[in-house]
Amino acid sequence: MTITEDAPAGHVGSRRLRKEDPALLTGEAKFIDDLALPGAIWVGVVRSTEAHANIVGIDGSAALEIDGVNEVLSGEDLAPLWGEGALPCAWPVTPDMKNPAHLPVARGTAKYVGDAVAVVLADSRYAAADGAAAVVVDYEPLPAVVEIEDAVADGAPLVHADLDSNECYTWGLWGDNAPAIDAAFAEAAHVVSERYLQQRLIPAPMEPRGCAAVPSPAGGELTLYSATQIPHILKVMTAVVLGIPENKLRVVAPSVGGGFGCKLNVYAEEILCSALAMQRGAPVRWTEGRAEAAVSTIQGRGQVQHIELAADADGKVTAVRVKLLADMGAYLQLVTPGVPLLGGFLYHGCYDIPNYMFECTSVFTNRTPTDAYRGAGRPEATYAVERAMDSLAVSVGVSPEEIRARNFIGADAFPYESAAGLVFDSGDYQTVLDKAVALADVDGRRAEAAQRRASGSSKRIGVGFSSYVEMCGLAPSRVLASLDYGAGGWEAATVRISPTCKVQVVTGSTPHGQGHETCWSMIVADQLGVDPDDVEVLHSDTAVSPTGLDTYGSRSLAVGGTAVYMATEKVIDKARAIAAHQLEASEDDLEFSGGVFRVRGTPEAEVPLAGIAFAAFTAHDLPDGMEPNLEAHVTYDPPNFTFPNGTHIAVVEVDTDTGDVDLIDYVAVDDCGVQINPLVVEGQVHGGILQGAAQALYEDAVYNSDGQLVSANLGDYLVPSAAEAPRFRLDSHATPSPTNPMGVKGVGEAGTIAAAPAVINAVVDALRDLGVTDVDMPASPQTVWRAIADAQGGAS
Amino acid sequence: MTAVTLTVNGTERSLDVEPRTLLVHALRDDLGLTGTNVGCDSSSCGACTVLVDGQSAKSCTMFAVQADGADITTIEGVADADGTLHPMQQAFHEHHALQCGYCTPGMVMASISLVEEYPGLDENGVRHGLEGNLCRCTGYQNIVDAVLAAAGSGGD
Repeated sequence: MTITEDAPAGHVGSRRLRKEDPALLTGEAKFIDDLALPGAIWVGVVRSTEAHANIVGIDGSAALEIDGVNEVLSGEDLAPLWGEGALPCAWPVTPDMKNPAHLPVARGTAKYVGDAVAVVLADSRYAAADGAAAVVVDYEPLPAVVEIEDAVADGAPLVHADLDSNECYTWGLWGDNAPAIDAAFAEAAHVVSERYLQQRLIPAPMEPRGCAAVPSPAGGELTLYSATQIPHILKVMTAVVLGIPENKLRVVAPSVGGGFGCKLNVYAEEILCSALAMQRGAPVRWTEGRAEAAVSTIQGRGQVQHIELAADADGKVTAVRVKLLADMGAYLQLVTPGVPLLGGFLYHGCYDIPNYMFECTSVFTNRTPTDAYRGAGRPEATYAVERAMDSLAVSVGVSPEEIRARNFIGADAFPYESAAGLVFDSGDYQTVLDKAVALADVDGRRAEAAQRRASGSSKRIGVGFSSYVEMCGLAPSRVLASLDYGAGGWEAATVRISPTCKVQVVTGSTPHGQGHETCWSMIVADQLGVDPDDVEVLHSDTAVSPTGLDTYGSRSLAVGGTAVYMATEKVIDKARAIAAHQLEASEDDLEFSGGVFRVRGTPEAEVPLAGIAFAAFTAHDLPDGMEPNLEAHVTYDPPNFTFPNGTHIAVVEVDTDTGDVDLIDYVAVDDCGVQINPLVVEGQVHGGILQGAAQALYEDAVYNSDGQLVSANLGDYLVPSAAEAPRFRLDSHATPSPTNPMGVKGVGEAGTIAAAPAVINAVVDALRDLGVTDVDMPASPQTVWRAIADAQGGAS
Repeated sequence: MTAVTLTVNGTERSLDVEPRTLLVHALRDDLGLTGTNVGCDSSSCGACTVLVDGQSAKSCTMFAVQADGADITTIEGVADADGTLHPMQQAFHEHHALQCGYCTPGMVMASISLVEEYPGLDENGVRHGLEGNLCRCTGYQNIVDAVLAAAGSGGD
C-alpha cells in the first residue's frame, strides 16, 4: 500500500514512463495472430483481380486438391449466413445518400480489386493461402471508373448499375449566406482560386488486420477477437448484421499494433469468421497479408479540392468557398461518407473569416473503399486553407507569417463562434506562431536561402508554414445527431477501490499504442493520492468493459479521460461521506489530499482512504442507507468538441537538378491543452508529423487506368524509414480547454493534420523564384523536377 | 516434413517442418515464440528480425531448414531470467521508443545487432542502419535516441 501523506503528488504533467512497455518489449504481449487456437479453421479470401467484372464462374477444383484445403465457398454458397445482410455504414449524411449493399463476399459482380469473391477453408495458414491462390475465377470485365473526376464525367460507366449516376451524395454548409459570399468575392481586392489533389493513402499500421471467432456451441455464445480500434461498436454491429443476440456476443481487442483509423471499421472478414464459427461450431480465423491489406483494408484521403479565398487590400480574408469531390470507393464502409464532413467545418482554418461556404459531392469509383485515416477530413481541410493562405500572401506581397497574423482569431475572441457554426474553446494562435518562428530561426533560414539562390546553388532552401486548428474530442451526442451520425459521442468509465486500496479503472476507450493505461493511472493517482502503479486499467474486452465507444478522432483523453476523472471524483465523494461518518464531522469540514481525509482545523482527526476502502468493503459501519463498496460509474457526454491548434514550420532542401527533397528541419509548437504526460504527447506528435510528411513526400496509392493498385506492398508504397525522417523540434503553448475539468484537448492527429501543408509550402517556397506555384503530393523527385521544368518553359 | 534442430534462446529445439516453412512461422507457430511479429510479405518492414548466429536476420526471408543447426535469439531471449530488461530494451523504455509495440521486437533485435557490429555509430549511422525496420507510430526520433543511448552506455 502506498497511501501515505508524502505519496508523490503531481504525476500529471510528468514524463512518467509507460506501464505498457515491458510486455511489448519482451514479446509477452499478445496480438491477434499470436492467439493459439488449436483446431481452428483458417480462412483464405479469394479477391477480385478485376476492378469491375461479372463473376461468371468460380472453379475450386485445383484448390481442393491441395493438402489441407477443405472447402471453397462462393458468395452464393455463403448467402445463407447473412442473407441480404450487408456491411454497415453508420453515417447516412443525407436522406438521399446512396448506399449500395456491400456484402461480405460479393455475388454476381466484383466492384474493386480486392473485393472478396470466394473463401477457402483450410487446416493451416499455408494451406489457406495456397488454396486461395489456386481458385480460378472466370471474370467478364466491365468498364471501370478509376479516377474521381472521371466518375462524374458525362457517359461515365456506372459503378453500381442500378443507380443512375456515380454520385453518392452532395452535402453543403452555407445556410443563407450565399449572397454575402458572392458580394465578398465581388468586392475582393485579392482572390485566390486553387485546385489541390489529396492522393489516396494506405494507412499501413505495422500490424495488418486479423480476427478469430471462437464459439461456445453448448451455450450458443461467440467470442470475436479482432485487431480493432472499436470492440464496442463492432459488437453492436456484428450482432445487428448477423442477428446474434448481444448477450451471446463478446468482442475482444487484444494488443493492437496500430490503427490510424483503418481499424475503426466493421470488415467483411469479421462478419465472415463470426458467421462461419457459429455455423461450424469451431474457431475460425483469418490473418491479413500486407499486399492483401493494401486493397482489403480501407484507404484514406482521395479528394479533389477547389478552394477560393476573397480578401481585402490588406489581405484580410472576407470569404472562403470550397467545393470538394470526394472518392468513396466502390462501397461505403462504417463512416466513409462522413469523413469529408469532418473537414467541412474547418476550411477557414484558424482564421477569423466571416463568410463560409462548403460543398462536397462524393462519388463511387471502382476502388477500395475509403474511410477514416489519421485526421479524417481535417488534414485535407488544413492542407487546402494553408496552401491557399500562402498563395494569398504572395498576392498581397507579405510573408506567410504576416498573412496568418492578419487573419488569426484573436486570443481575446474565445469562445469564438466560427462561420461554419462551431464554438472554438480556447487558443492563442499568434503566440504559438511567434514561438515557432523563433524556434525555427526563420530569419536565419531565409538568409541562407537567399544566399543559395544568389550563388546559383542547385540546393535550394525553402521554409513552409502550417497553422492549424482541429476539432476533436468527438463529440456531443446531440451535435452528432444533427449530422446524422448513427451513434453518440459519450464515453464510459468505472472506478473501483478494492479492500486493500488498489484501484481498478475500467475504460470504454480502446488503446492501440496511445498509452491509456499510463495516462489514466496518472490522472487517478493524483486524484486519490495513490501510486500510479497501484492503479490497473482494464479495457478492450466487452466482458470486462461492457460500455464504451472506443478510440478514434483524438477523443480518448478529452472524452474517455474526462469520464475517468469524473468517476474518480464520484468515488471521492462517497469516501468523503464515509470519512465524515467515521470522524463524526460534517462533509463540508473535510479536506482530502494525499489520500487522507482531515477535519479542517483539527489535524489529528484524519482517516486515510485505505481505511475507508476497507470500511466500505466490510460495510459494518456505514452511514444509514449507503451501499457497500467504493465504486462509481460515469458516462460523460461532452458539451463541445475540443480545438487543439498549433503552428508547424518545415525547412526543406530541394535539389533542382534531381527534384529530390530533403526535410532538414521541422519545428512544431502545439496547443493540445493541459498535457497529462509530455513524453506521450511528444511521441504522438513525432509520429503524427512523419505520417503527414509522408503524404507530402512519399506515399501514394497509385492506380493504373485499369483500376489495378500498383503500389500494393511496402517495396512500392513508401512508408518512410528512420533514414528519411527528420529530427523534430517541439515546443508547446497550452491554453486549457474550458470544456472539460482537466482542460485537455487531444493530440493524436495534430501532427498529421499540420505536416503536409508545411512541407509542401516549404517546397514551393524553395522554388517560387523559378516560377513554381504548386507541387502535387507526393512531391517525389520526378514530380518536383517536372514542376520546375514546366515552370521554366516545359523543358521536359 | 523435414527434421530441423535449432538452438533457440539457448535451448535446443527439434521440430518437423515442411521444407517451405519460413523461420518466422516455425518460431511462432511451432515453438510458440510469438514475440517475433510478421508485418509484411516483401521483407520490407523488419518486424520479424531475430539474431541468427549473432547477426540480425529477417526471419521471414529464411526457411526454417536453412537455419538447421543455427543459434537463434528472439526477443523472448534477451532479457535476464529474473526479468531485468536487456540494456537495449531498457533504453527503448526510457526513451519512449515504442507506442503500439508491434515493430518493437524486430526493432530491438536489429538495434542490438547494429550497435554490436558498428560501435560508435552517430545519429546518421543509426538512422541508416535501421532503414530495414519500419515503425508507423514513433517517427523514429525516440528509437534513434534509445539506440544511441544504449550504445553509449555499453548496451550490446
